[in-house]
Order: sequence, then structure tokens, then C-alpha cells
Amino acid sequence: MHELSVCQALIGQVEKVARENDARRVVAIVIAVGPLSGVEAGLLEHAYPIAAAGTVAEHATLTVETVPVRVRCRSCGAETGALPNRLVCGDCSDWKVDVVAGEEMLLKRVEIETGPAAVH
Amino acid sequence: MCRDCGCSLGPAATRAPLAAGPATPSAPGRTETIEVITAILGENDRVAAHNREHFDGQGVLALNLMSSPGAGKTSLLEATIRALDGRLKVAVVEGDLATENDADRIRACGVPAVQITTGNACHLDAQMVHDAVHLLPLAGLDVLFIENVGNLVCPASFDLGQHRNVTLLSVPEGDDKPAKYPVMFRAADLALITKTDLLAYITEFKLERAHAALRQIGFGGETIELTNRGGEGFAAWLVWLEREVAAQRERTARGATARPAIQPEGAHAHGAGRPPR
Repeated sequence: MHELSVCQALIGQVEKVARENDARRVVAIVIAVGPLSGVEAGLLEHAYPIAAAGTVAEHATLTVETVPVRVRCRSCGAETGALPNRLVCGDCSDWKVDVVAGEEMLLKRVEIETGPAAVH
Repeated sequence: MCRDCGCSLGPAATRAPLAAGPATPSAPGRTETIEVITAILGENDRVAAHNREHFDGQGVLALNLMSSPGAGKTSLLEATIRALDGRLKVAVVEGDLATENDADRIRACGVPAVQITTGNACHLDAQMVHDAVHLLPLAGLDVLFIENVGNLVCPASFDLGQHRNVTLLSVPEGDDKPAKYPVMFRAADLALITKTDLLAYITEFKLERAHAALRQIGFGGETIELTNRGGEGFAAWLVWLEREVAAQRERTARGATARPAIQPEGAHAHGAGRPPR
């Protein structure tokens, strides 16, 4: 269960984006996660509120886009879907394939609110 | 403060705290959407790259040992240190949730060891390794073994700055472990099938099925079958080790480095495809 560590890292990245863009608060976060990244979308969603509490992203929504595994065959060149524990060509069943998608663990988009001049 | 490089990375406790940003609702402002596309573990990746620079700066080969608890990581290290008999200068970073037991076992073999106790954390991260490495004399070392927390899930996602991943699969665990934990075994540069002396008793473990399971998850590295009691497989492991040490020396001499063939996501953050293996 390392999803809390991943969420804390995510919040770190989001805070950086928020700082650089003078955000008053973060409204929404979109991430992309593939099954070969080793993290579970559902567990990330559960861990997220804990990591976000007390931060500029506390009230932000988290959208996890799951990226299906895709492989390109080195024998026949086909690009097909695959299961994480069966990385073989969907056309010719050869196991000499390159993974082209499914390893992602990316922050894609941050929606922020920039307010009127801050009141001190 | 990192003494060797002057970096500002302190101990883990001084990691940047989560900012307590004000979330008080007030008059709505302007919203804007920022396209980012960055690795979620980018900060870990940055520290890992820094660790790798330390290792390369001293010409040390760093190996990340991963497996389930009880697969024989510490026993393998003990046997390896004894067999090397000083031929290679070795140090060990041990990762466990609690106790100094493993580091004590390594020190008993006459080799420096630092124990990281993670509390309840299920994996090592680059910062923990950074802090541990500063407690070790890197100069003059040939190999730094980083024995990760026994866990077939979480450690696979965190780059530590190692050059190679070595993953153990012990015979009592069953030959289908790679199919059950594909992310971990796919990350390996070298898969060691350990405790093969038990094959005589655990007849349901079929070596060919273990090899087939590794192939199916896209594992493209080497596999060695061995027992810690010596023999052909153990000799092959020592050969692999000495070959990797030589390769690291050669890379260091020309200012190059190496990363495990399969990297956690950070390596792909900038759209770089994975090189074929």
C-alpha cells in the first residue's frame, strides 16, 4: 500500500504548479495511471483526501484516467492490447514486444483558481 | 546537508512539509487549466538521480535487491560476502520495517551495513537511501547492495538510484509468482531463482513454468538458478556480479551511467520510449 506515498508526491507536484501560477486554490487534478506503474487507481482515490488535507488542494477533485496496456510486436509489428501479466502480441502471440502504454504515472492537468489580489 | 556534494537534502524528517494552504471559501476567482505532464514521483526521481551521481562519482555499482519477505535476500548477501572473500569491497543498506537484525548479520560478515527501519512504510525511497548512504564510506567500494523491504508490490515503483535491479524468486513461493506480481518481476535485470535445493521436496515447482511466467510478463533479463550452498548457479551469480562491477568501472571511466532496463514512470515522463532489450 504505497499509494499514500504516491499521493503525497502528487500533492508536492500540485503545490509546485499552484505556487508557480499564483493559485489561490486548486479546483481539480487529472492524473494518468497505467497498470504497469504498480499503483492502483482505487487506492489512490482513497489515499488522496488524506494527503490533500490542509493543503492548497484540499478541496480539489481528483480524476484518475487509467491507461490500458498496449504492446508493439517486434516480430509482426502489430500494436495490440495486453494484460499486465501477459505481455504478448495480441495478433501473433510472440512475447518479444515493447510496451508502448500502460506504465504511466503522470500528473496531466491542474485546474486552479486565481483570485483577485490577495488581502493581507 | 549532504557533505560530499553540498546539496541541501537533509534527513527524511526535513522533507518539505505539505503546505497548509488556505482553503477558505471566498469570492470565486478566475479558474484556469494548466497542462502539466510530469512524473508524479518526479521528486523521488530527482533524488534518485542524485544518488546515482554519488555512486558513479565513487565508481560504485549499486544493486537493488527485491523479493518477498523470506526469499533469501540477506542469506544470499551473507553467502556472497563469504564467497567473495574480500575480492570485491562491499557495503549493504538494509531496509526493513523494524529491527537491526539484518544489518547485524551483514556486519557479522565483516562488511559495513546501515539499517533503514521504515516504520510501517512498505518500500525504500530515494531519500531514505540518500540518508543511509551518507553513513557509509563509499570511497573504495565496488558494490553497494540495497536490500529493499521484502515486498513484491511497492518497491518496484520507486527509483533509488541503483544501476541494476535483482529480484529473487524462491522455490517455496511457487513458480507462478511472476504472473501474480508482474510489475515487480518485469523490473528485474536479473532474476534469481533461489533455494533450488528445495526442488527435490517441492516437486510442484517447475523451473520451466517459472521461466515461461517470466517471459510472459516481458522480462528480458538473465535468470540464474541457485542455492546459497555453492554450486554452478552460485558461481554464475558471482560471475554476473563481477561482470557488472567491471562494466560500472568502465562506464565511470568514460563518465557514463546505467539505469535498470525497466524504470519506474519517471523515465518516461518526457515522452522517451523504452529502449528495446
